[in-house]
Amino acid sequence: MKTEKEIKNTIMKVNGYEHISGAEALLKCLIEEGVDTIFGYPGGAIMPIYDKLMDYESNLLHILTRHEQGAAHAAQAYSMVTGKPGICFATSGPGATNLVTGIANAFLDSVPVVFITAQVISGSIGTDAFQETDIIGVSMPVTKWNCQVKRPQDIPDTIAKAFYIAKSGRPGPVLIDITKDAQIEKLDFKYIKCDYLRSYNPNIILHTKAIESAAIMINHAERPLILAGHGVLLSRAENELKTFAEKTGIPVASTLLGLSAFPSDHRLFAGMLGMHGNYGANILTNEADLIIAIGMRFDDRVTGNLKKYAKNAAIIHIEIDEAEINKNVQVDIEINNDAKEVLRYLTPIVKEKSYEKWIREFRIYDKTEYEKVIKPETKPESGNLKMGEVVNKVSELTKGEAIIVTDVGQNQMYAARYYKYSIPNSFVTSGGMGTMGFGLPAAIGAKIGCPDKQVVTFLGDGGFQMTIQELGTILQYKIPVKIIILDNNFLGMVRQWQDMFFDKRYASTALVNPDFVAIAKGFSIPAKKVSKREELHDSIIEMLGAKGPYLLDIVVEKEGNVFPMIEPGSSVSEIRLTY
Amino acid sequence: MKQEFTISLFTEDHIGILGQITIILTRRQINIDSLTASESAVKGVHLLTIVVKTTSEMIQKVARQMEKLVDVLKVFTHSSDQIIYQEIALFKISTNSLMSGNIIDHVVRAHHARILEVSPEYIILEKTGNKTEITDLLSQLEPYGVLQFARSGRVAVTKQVKELNSYLKEMDEANRYKPEEMQVVN
Repeated sequence: MKTEKEIKNTIMKVNGYEHISGAEALLKCLIEEGVDTIFGYPGGAIMPIYDKLMDYESNLLHILTRHEQGAAHAAQAYSMVTGKPGICFATSGPGATNLVTGIANAFLDSVPVVFITAQVISGSIGTDAFQETDIIGVSMPVTKWNCQVKRPQDIPDTIAKAFYIAKSGRPGPVLIDITKDAQIEKLDFKYIKCDYLRSYNPNIILHTKAIESAAIMINHAERPLILAGHGVLLSRAENELKTFAEKTGIPVASTLLGLSAFPSDHRLFAGMLGMHGNYGANILTNEADLIIAIGMRFDDRVTGNLKKYAKNAAIIHIEIDEAEINKNVQVDIEINNDAKEVLRYLTPIVKEKSYEKWIREFRIYDKTEYEKVIKPETKPESGNLKMGEVVNKVSELTKGEAIIVTDVGQNQMYAARYYKYSIPNSFVTSGGMGTMGFGLPAAIGAKIGCPDKQVVTFLGDGGFQMTIQELGTILQYKIPVKIIILDNNFLGMVRQWQDMFFDKRYASTALVNPDFVAIAKGFSIPAKKVSKREELHDSIIEMLGAKGPYLLDIVVEKEGNVFPMIEPGSSVSEIRLTY
Repeated sequence: MKQEFTISLFTEDHIGILGQITIILTRRQINIDSLTASESAVKGVHLLTIVVKTTSEMIQKVARQMEKLVDVLKVFTHSSDQIIYQEIALFKISTNSLMSGNIIDHVVRAHHARILEVSPEYIILEKTGNKTEITDLLSQLEPYGVLQFARSGRVAVTKQVKELNSYLKEMDEANRYKPEEMQVVN
């Protein structure tokens, strides 16, 4: 004779429901969403989830980082190279707060990451229980959406909603906070993916009138310029952008996060925009009569002084996030939609053209920049090694086909400027936040996401030491990332500003560093220190050929400055080649 | 130039939505003059009415940032001439101070106020009107000693004919539209 409960369970099973714990339900939700990799760190409140994770090891690979911030950055980089949302676990209290920098970083760069934090049992919330923190309140300004789950039966719907929100529209991080009791108690589980929310509409109907007006403007322009941002990569519109640019003959300049959306060696590539971008791309922004901004948000590092930005140009802004339109720059035609959808409609209705004279102007500035900056930076004949020289060498030896991950500061700007990107999503960096310490954990995430690609990370000696403990993660999982420290014993970018704007008063920017090679060896990572020009080539070859991880500590010029530079408060056309 | 705007936000009934909205105003250094939360005419939809002083450029920017929030359905911003609005105020005045002559009767009539309660110790007056009208009454009563004064936030309805329901219908149609090759990521 079956009990009433057993009969009920049988009926639920027939209807497709399983009677399982909240923890198990969460893992099943992730599997349903196509997740196979999780970055995280356990602790008291999240133990039921980690315990269940042992039963799902064949479906879900968990990478234990050495700090929750590392897990957050790794999950973000994983998403940036795969296009899938990154997944990150942390416990309550300090586990959750340690994520905050990583969450904010993903938020500013519009990367979909689903953060799962644990919370103390629901009855204790609000009592200042051990390791209780209001992570919903703390993460509110830096998540696209967040939600606390206190009942196991709410887990499937909330997770479904989280994935839908993170991936759609302008992507971004979401955070789900699950109480310990909701992880332990059981529910009748069935997963239904979410594709509709009344209050949230990521699929905007194409406003074809605006696109047709844009086409007329484009057809009549004499000095048009495309500004391509991260949105091109996020909407996977690289091919559409290329087709559009090639048909119209319009040169393409890229934001920092837009790099790799358009091939660096393309005849229409005009270079990088912004503070340390290319000479021609910046100066000619102010000469253009039409700017077509695609999936970018006119960040202050791109525009310089807004009062003197692109005053000769009409502006067409193609942008999925309506709140970004007219936020910093007043535009003439707003096209609030997905870049790919818009370009698909726009390309067939624009005229085939070419702008040889206009493009020659870019080449003239390119030549000046090459002579004054690039050549001395990449091909010095004497003196210490230079950062640009190292990046350039890596670019040549990897044929521009590696995934480049950077930290923040000079190393980042050199990696952005001197690597020739040829494959979409091959540049991983911290743009909006400028988070030092991003590089090493992000390289781990990128390599886990793309195991078949060469992943090289450029770090400064400062940023490396902010998340140096992640060498332990590399050791534990034998992750074959190639680490290059551009070592100048300085916080280089801050020192450059002190040099230029603070009378060379080097306040707290000089570093006394440990022996990085010895540290790497302590983590069983082969390493080598390079300080001579004649060693550089062979050392990089050796690093790239190594089967496992490898670290190169490259001693570079102590007081090198990144140029060109738009000084703060200056206009893009006032970009300087020297100091 | 700064002017007064009334923001009407229609939101899902979710915990924390008010926090998300005030964060947007705080980041832009906009002070909230008054705030009222209530149900709306549509079941399950909440209405927040916020009065702020800012420029017309800024109100557009913050409205777009508010509408971007996942749990916000629709945001309207209105200058004062586009809406009908009222506030309500309660005054507690010592009975003694008003006893001499016909003052109370005069005040109540002149200001279209209402007497809610009279006791040997105090009188409670209610006044509905706009901010200036309420402030006028307050200044007239002040010489007699106002023991307590409380004013509500603004409640407002729009003069426009199109109602929330038709916006919701349009949004729903847009929401069900899927481009041919759905999905941006994954």
